[in-house]
Amino acid sequence: MKPELLPLSQAADAIASGAVSPEALLEASLARIRALDGRLHAFLRLTENEARTAAKAATQRRASGKSLGPLDGVPVALKDIFCMEGVETTCGSKILRGYAPPYDATVVRRLKQAGAVIVGKLNMDEFAMGSSTENSAYGPTRNPWDLTRTPGGSSGGSATAVAARLVPGALGTDTGGSIRQPAALVGCAGLKPTYGRVSRFGVIAFASSLDQVGPFAQDVRGVAHLLAAIAGHDPNDQTSSSRPVPDYAAGLDQGVRGLRIGVPREYFGEGLAPEVEKAVRAGIERLRAAGGEVREISLPNSPHAIATYYIVATAEASSNLARYDGVRYGHRAKASQLLEMYEKTRAEGFGAEVKRRIMLGTYVLSAGYYDAYYLRAQKVRALIRRDFDQAFASVDAIVSPTSPTTAFKLGEKMDDPLAMYLSDVYTVPANLAGLPGISVPCGFDSKGLPVGLQLIGKPFDEETLLRIAHAAEPSEHRLPPLAEGR
Amino acid sequence: MAIDRAQVRHVARLARLALSEEEEERFAAQLGHVLEYVERLQAVDVAGVEPLSFAGDAAAGLSLREDEPLPCLPRDKVLAQAPEHNGEAFLVPRILE
Repeated sequence: MKPELLPLSQAADAIASGAVSPEALLEASLARIRALDGRLHAFLRLTENEARTAAKAATQRRASGKSLGPLDGVPVALKDIFCMEGVETTCGSKILRGYAPPYDATVVRRLKQAGAVIVGKLNMDEFAMGSSTENSAYGPTRNPWDLTRTPGGSSGGSATAVAARLVPGALGTDTGGSIRQPAALVGCAGLKPTYGRVSRFGVIAFASSLDQVGPFAQDVRGVAHLLAAIAGHDPNDQTSSSRPVPDYAAGLDQGVRGLRIGVPREYFGEGLAPEVEKAVRAGIERLRAAGGEVREISLPNSPHAIATYYIVATAEASSNLARYDGVRYGHRAKASQLLEMYEKTRAEGFGAEVKRRIMLGTYVLSAGYYDAYYLRAQKVRALIRRDFDQAFASVDAIVSPTSPTTAFKLGEKMDDPLAMYLSDVYTVPANLAGLPGISVPCGFDSKGLPVGLQLIGKPFDEETLLRIAHAAEPSEHRLPPLAEGR
Repeated sequence: MAIDRAQVRHVARLARLALSEEEEERFAAQLGHVLEYVERLQAVDVAGVEPLSFAGDAAAGLSLREDEPLPCLPRDKVLAQAPEHNGEAFLVPRILE
């Protein structure tokens, strides 16, 4: 048995049975990172010392029979958007180079309390703005299935680290698809929970009415274990829900018999690659064969989602990113006067896509345009949410492609922001409506690139969502050639 | 919808972003392209629709807690992250001429 190739849930079992120690698991993970990450660039930095200390403590707990649960001693890694006390946290931006937060994000604290061994921080599009991880100020991450392609984004480092088996689990964030789209493009499972299910305290903000934290793992069971550890109310995040957190892994094997699964016709139209459609339709047939009641539905306002998203998200981003002013943390430009200091600091610190979105967001909020853009977008957002509410009156979950294409080439969409934005066409609606969504692998195209199947659930019904996702995922998870040492 | 260099400069000033001439030109074109795309929302019938700004757990947004003083981060740890400080406060360049 190669311990580093075990999915998260089996790694936990192997630790519990004594087949492998947390320390051995960590060393296997670090060895893989050293061997493969020079080519992938999933990691921005490792936290080896902290990880060794945590793995040693987990080994001792195991020896004394005081395990903290399924994550105790399991290596995980974090998108570089999560504040971790004393560890550089850049959010993929030059403006935060050298920033070492004075506190842990709530999800980081919860992972530590569950005994997880945090091995490092993962690459991402700067401030989570992008769909390819090419907007990282520290260079792109490469897709483990084809190093000339992107892993998607913005959580491309998280997805790649899990798909290449560098770590069994990782956390990312999803504002418009930034967990689900990269999970699809690298062939792993990635969940965006319901808005409010997981605390965002200590998570660097992009668009606060959309941002949500979620897990990546090879399979749905791993995702369920990670979600159970990070979900729940946090007094430091006013939007976090106090609804109880169920045991998400417990009901996974109940199957889909009798569950109603809606197929929105708007998600299978123009722009969907035929090979992606074929793989997704085959996945839907597997759900039907397993006893799911598959029916066509309509979400008529879906075609407005990308336009709505790029107004709402950029408006909120322009406000959130006002904090990077060179005063309290991060980069400061040399200047003799305050206004000049602000303008030069931000000019030097932000990359092109971040500047573009700050500009768009500032424009749509500026005097004379607010009603025409921002207010109207919020109303269309209400219509998009209403579509889902109506659909969920007759179905338990919705199934669709995660992304219209498989992984695209590095550089392919960098000169055309709108083409890049359209890569999130199927993922953005769940963020606008605050709904949980997951991507699981459902096949490959003729180039051997993974295809993702998306499931969208009712608010706070991650249990049903994960149960269907588990029925839809393959029983065997194929490894990228590079991860097999080829 | 076209957007010209003067508008780009105005918005950049509002956003406290110094742009190069080359950036002004590029952003004018790219923002125009995106604004043209989002124009489609003008055709959606939103009469009588209430804007949606919060799509989470309604109970979460409404819950209140007692206003109790709690410990905050130690000042030295926070100031240690600042580009410039004097041990008590953040320092910035001159504000008034």
